[in-house]
Amino acid sequence: MGFLERADQIYYSPAESGGPTISLSRQDWSLHRKGPADQERHNQKVKEAIKGDLQHIISDEAIITSDGKKIVKVPIRGLDLPRFRFNTGGNQGIGQGEGKDGNGQGQQGPGKGRQAGDQPGIDYYEAEITIDELAEMLFEDFQLPNLQPKTSEKLTEETYRFNEISKKGLMPNLDKKRTIIQNLRRNAMGGERHPTFHGVRDDDMRYRIWTPDIQKHTNAVIIAMRDVSGSMGEFEKYITRTFYFWMERFLRTKYKEVDIRFLTHHTEAREVDEEKFFKLGESGGTKVSSAYQLALDIMKKDYDPSAWNVYPFHFSDGDNWGDVDNRKCVELVTQILERSNLFGYGEIREGAIRSSSTLMNAFQSITDNRFTPVLITDKKDVYLALKKFFSARPDLEGAVDRR
Amino acid sequence: MSTERLVTLPIDAQESAKPFFSKEKKNDAELEKAIGQIWDIARGFGLDPYPTHFEVVPPSIMYEFGAYGLPGRFSHWTHGKAYHQMKTIYDYGLSKIYELVINTNPAYGFLMDGNSLLQNKLVAAHVLAHVDFFKNNAYFEKTNRQMVDMAGLHADRLKRYEFEHGRHKVESTLDHALVIGSYFTEDYNRPGSAQEYIDEDRKKFEQAKKQPDRPKTPYDDLFGLDDLGKKEEPKVEEKAPFPCQPEPDILDFLAKFGNLEDWQRDIVQIVRQEGMYFAPQMKTKVMNEGWASYWHVRIMRELDLTDSESVEFANMHSSVVAPSQTSLNPYYVGMKMFEDIERRWDDPTPEEQERFGRKKGEGRKKIFEVRETESDQSFVRNYLTKGLVEDLDLYIYKREGDQLKRLDYNWEQIRDMIVDSMTNFGNPTINVARGGGNFERRGELLLEHDWDGREIDFAWAEKTLSHIFSLWGRPVNLITQRENKKVMMTNNGPMTITKML
Repeated sequence: MGFLERADQIYYSPAESGGPTISLSRQDWSLHRKGPADQERHNQKVKEAIKGDLQHIISDEAIITSDGKKIVKVPIRGLDLPRFRFNTGGNQGIGQGEGKDGNGQGQQGPGKGRQAGDQPGIDYYEAEITIDELAEMLFEDFQLPNLQPKTSEKLTEETYRFNEISKKGLMPNLDKKRTIIQNLRRNAMGGERHPTFHGVRDDDMRYRIWTPDIQKHTNAVIIAMRDVSGSMGEFEKYITRTFYFWMERFLRTKYKEVDIRFLTHHTEAREVDEEKFFKLGESGGTKVSSAYQLALDIMKKDYDPSAWNVYPFHFSDGDNWGDVDNRKCVELVTQILERSNLFGYGEIREGAIRSSSTLMNAFQSITDNRFTPVLITDKKDVYLALKKFFSARPDLEGAVDRR
Repeated sequence: MSTERLVTLPIDAQESAKPFFSKEKKNDAELEKAIGQIWDIARGFGLDPYPTHFEVVPPSIMYEFGAYGLPGRFSHWTHGKAYHQMKTIYDYGLSKIYELVINTNPAYGFLMDGNSLLQNKLVAAHVLAHVDFFKNNAYFEKTNRQMVDMAGLHADRLKRYEFEHGRHKVESTLDHALVIGSYFTEDYNRPGSAQEYIDEDRKKFEQAKKQPDRPKTPYDDLFGLDDLGKKEEPKVEEKAPFPCQPEPDILDFLAKFGNLEDWQRDIVQIVRQEGMYFAPQMKTKVMNEGWASYWHVRIMRELDLTDSESVEFANMHSSVVAPSQTSLNPYYVGMKMFEDIERRWDDPTPEEQERFGRKKGEGRKKIFEVRETESDQSFVRNYLTKGLVEDLDLYIYKREGDQLKRLDYNWEQIRDMIVDSMTNFGNPTINVARGGGNFERRGELLLEHDWDGREIDFAWAEKTLSHIFSLWGRPVNLITQRENKKVMMTNNGPMTITKML
């Protein structure tokens, strides 16, 4: 339709005096879609850029410290075409400001556009993304591994849905509208030009009937454990919060009903609510076994493995009280594993200093596949940890891929 | 009367025109008549545009053409981004593209559907002055006046390549080429094939040898390293450096000698040709907008405007030429400069009359000359006077946080800085170095930054070099300066290494 096809219908002879010189027309552009199509391509590229950089983006400060609802401005560097340009940051060289640069059009031809008043010198366009969109990208391939169809009777809800119409039913469930319409139809067919409502027969009656709608859901619980001892520094804290932030979002979006129990520990362990879990400060020594014991107690009390998929997770810097406690932990973990689908252990060591006395080393002896350790040395490892914990695990016993 | 309506709406548009456009048809007829008048007035003043076709378009098309630069231009995500930007700015009521004009013969001017009649009249007058500029300014002489068709052909070929080689590959190649999209020369007589280029280069080298004092480049010492200790005498070099002198047209060089398939070479040349087409427009923005604003005022004055139209015109004109605190408004500055030139040549001082032989009343004549011969750089250099800098209150500023701080420069410095900022589209001057086509005899590419005291952005340069690597196929080097020392950046795809020299 276009413009180009029109071009050769505009005929001019060379502009001699008296020759045609101007003309005017108007077309129908309503089917023209080129701009939006290319814009869509640009949006795609934004998404690709984000996806390619997820490991950096998800551990970005701005996201973790936001209230989770806002739109987050993600620093995407890849979306301008780079080019040779001057360094206007101005460390050295001629330190002038943007000056009178009215020519910042780059390579593209100016369409003779004009901006009224103040030219917006700042690039108003920033790649914005809601946390939900980011979460969607992140969780695309995530799942609770080895989720088994465990349901318990007492948590079943019985609801009723009115989803059918029948000619027979109970009076209180009479569908008056349909009944009237049916009657009018019959009267019209019987020859009335303007049918009215009269002479109701049994046949006209319409009732709503209900069917019981039993919704079963699969039970799952996460036991989130967090080391809040004094040895957990800024970096360790940050990693833990980042991980659990995304874990929680993941669970809440993908699974309707997942319990989460929050445990913190230093030399002693206790259960806290979600808010305290994320806010708690650090102090004291570290006895990891206290946490594992508490977890085990909770599991025994509330989460029978026949009815529950249990996923304990623990984040720590691995710097435990001593060898004695390390051995105790190994014992406890073995017991926990018997009652869980997967145990995720994240050891945070900034810069990956090798030390033989960390918990990770003690856990080397555990051969159960359900024990899933991850070493985190850098912010971007959070993404890897998430991936490792929340992927399908065909190697696990009796694995059934259920989301 | 010289306006004849030769064109009727084409068939399909006629059909769809019926229910929706019947009201507009009446308005369009009135507008066309007014444009005819405006044409006559413009001609009366001596303006000499190509025949111009005006098209009324919805806003979305307006900013689409604005984003793409030309109707029918090839698809690329950068256009999509620009489209989105313009659309958003428009949708938020932040600004409006009033006029869009294409440099072709016949020329095209676009009017936004929704403009009032008065607005369209002003735009039409403005557009005709632009077309006069396109036709008569020397820098536009070689531009392709059938560029809309040409752009369409380019877009078709690109679509075909997408079909043959996949969208992703075509997009990457376009990306690589666009990255250095401003590094070409407006040389319409360049050797067409790689072999022709080589032959011509050899000829140049032979000629230069006969003149021993050829201009030395700052990097000659690099190439003389082999000759250390030998006597300095004109020798027959076994392998002449290629190219034999610095080559500013990097796009062409890459298209010819990069490790590319034929269709990729074509893509690079497409980018180059379209760049060449737009280059004069970018080099004359201040002049052109100034010229068009100067004339739309004078043309509109000749029309019989009603009172309310006059008010509307005054408002519109003042918003178009409103000065800005953060950038140079070409409409404003250009127009003031032309008016200043006219005044000065209408009324030369006795000294000017004697020294230059100027006569009174030649203001109009002078500005017509200026519009023919100058580009923004020479325009500003020659005609931005001390008086203008003061009257217009031009200044250089620096951003400090949220504040704009005016820097202390005299008028000449300000003028020179403006000229500098226009050099090479505001980008650093970078050439293929002498011998840069086969650097280190390893087929590496060597680029050199023509240093003028300003450092380049190194982070961006690294990314840019990576794109150039994709076109060249072998490592790419750039010599520049950093913190007062010569450095060489070497890129082999993913990594860039910077060494001091």
